[in-house]
Amino acid sequence: MSKALVYGDSINTDLVIAGKYTKTLNFQDLADHCMEDLDPRFREKVRPGDVLVAGCNFGCGSSREQAPLALKYSGISAILAKSFARIFYRNAINVGIPALICDTSSIRESDEIRIDMDRGIVTVNGEREIKCQALSPIMQSILHSGGLVEFLKEKGDFTL
Amino acid sequence: MGKTFAEKVLGRAAGHEVSAGEIVIVRPDFCVSHENGAAVVKTFRKFGVPSVFDPSRIVLVMDHTVPAATAGNANSQKTVRDFTHEQGITHYYDLNSCGGVCHQIMVQEGYALPGCIVLGTDSHTCTSGAAGAFAVGIGRSEMASVWAVGDIWLRVPETIKIVLKGSFRPGVSAKDLILRIVGDLRADGADYKSVEFHGDAADRLCLAERMTLCNMGIEMGAKNAVFKPSEEVLVHARARAKKEDWEVLWADEDAVYCREFVYQLEDIVPGLACPHTVDNYATVREHIGMPVDQVFIGACTNGRLEDLRLAAQVLRGRHVAVRTIIVPASCEIYRKALDDGILAELMDAGCVISHPGCGPCAGVMGGILADGEVCVSTANRNFKGRMGNRESFIYLASPLTAACTALNGALSDPTEWAKEARI
Repeated sequence: MSKALVYGDSINTDLVIAGKYTKTLNFQDLADHCMEDLDPRFREKVRPGDVLVAGCNFGCGSSREQAPLALKYSGISAILAKSFARIFYRNAINVGIPALICDTSSIRESDEIRIDMDRGIVTVNGEREIKCQALSPIMQSILHSGGLVEFLKEKGDFTL
Repeated sequence: MGKTFAEKVLGRAAGHEVSAGEIVIVRPDFCVSHENGAAVVKTFRKFGVPSVFDPSRIVLVMDHTVPAATAGNANSQKTVRDFTHEQGITHYYDLNSCGGVCHQIMVQEGYALPGCIVLGTDSHTCTSGAAGAFAVGIGRSEMASVWAVGDIWLRVPETIKIVLKGSFRPGVSAKDLILRIVGDLRADGADYKSVEFHGDAADRLCLAERMTLCNMGIEMGAKNAVFKPSEEVLVHARARAKKEDWEVLWADEDAVYCREFVYQLEDIVPGLACPHTVDNYATVREHIGMPVDQVFIGACTNGRLEDLRLAAQVLRGRHVAVRTIIVPASCEIYRKALDDGILAELMDAGCVISHPGCGPCAGVMGGILADGEVCVSTANRNFKGRMGNRESFIYLASPLTAACTALNGALSDPTEWAKEARI
């Protein structure tokens, strides 16, 4: 079961992973400090498959790709937000973690979340459905391949 | 129908006319990375291609943790250094007297050129728009893929037009203006958008001021921010250009904008971004007298010679009341400030001059605050924990506000100083 971990607006990438922890190529080290300055209990709360839910402008600030990586290696399976800062949005898709734009205002902490990627529908607590904004075809293809590196290794270039 | 700057640059690079909303595949003129180049190298290896698409288009600058503070930093830098040798990348700025913050290097050394496309694995890559380039921040996997295949997909952004009129009052500067603009548009006001600066005042702003404004475009979410090149910018570009084929591109008179804003510079007053977001705008007057523990003057936002000179004007012959850290944005600036006597004046006033680089701004190279301490900083971010301690408080301000504050140990209004100094 995926449950929702809910945060607010304009969560910046320094809060997702502080600069002092970014100087590593070991992604598990990133997960150990993920969200620490915003929510020191994040590490205890998160379970594999959980969904991070936020308000507007999620991932603003630094372009650090360690931010979506830290979330991914913490076990977060998807991020839902009312809007994303553009660099984070690209980075998330590029490392193969779905970043979906939808109206998150009714989602509460620990709600059960199911995501149908093909239909672009989020189901909350098995009853309520929320429609997501469609990803551009190129982003869909990248996500479908599991990330940008996998996509380009498979296709060779950006021709869809 | 006319075209915006973004539509013109991306249209030229794509080889056909384009409009906002379209996806284009383009080849960048220059790609810049700093120490995170080590991670780019690691991802690049996964593509299994032996060489980068064009070594002459790749720029690598060591700036975040120089000199290396940990074995990890040193190893990352070695990875990048070895890669430049392996791939024949000559645009490499190691720890030596030619280096500096990558965004400063891009403009100073002539990589940011009018009409060119610059990609960088740092969100403040938008700084290069000051030189008339289309400069966009991207992530590390994205850069690795550009190194491997030479192309990137970009959505042609809609554009926000910001018209600047008139002149600043004494004691007020470009930093005060951009703090006000970010406060008005908010942190996501320009998300996915291109920002163009227009107007008689924009035309008159010097390169250093343009860099301060474009640098903080990302703080309102912008994909890029740009000025039409002035004569000063063109003279600099001709003298230092690292490639021959560049031309000035600019928006048509009848280009279509999604939003327009007008700022009369006489209305701008010394401003602040209060903790813990850059769009948390206040005037200096609202917090005047607030006790401060540390002042930081530098970073890619405000570490240029013009900024250091202003600080020295305030501090000359006087003494700071709090810890004051000065970080020139590049070694060239450091050297000029040394030759001009600016550094001596700042040292005589009690400041510490640190080596060029990202310095305390990113919380990875010293200048970390104690619990509960307050810093007035000329950098571009005041996020919680940004300077290395989540229990500290960062107020962003102009170099003049920072210098006046350093003198008094409490937040101070530089327009008062300007009146006394008759500037």
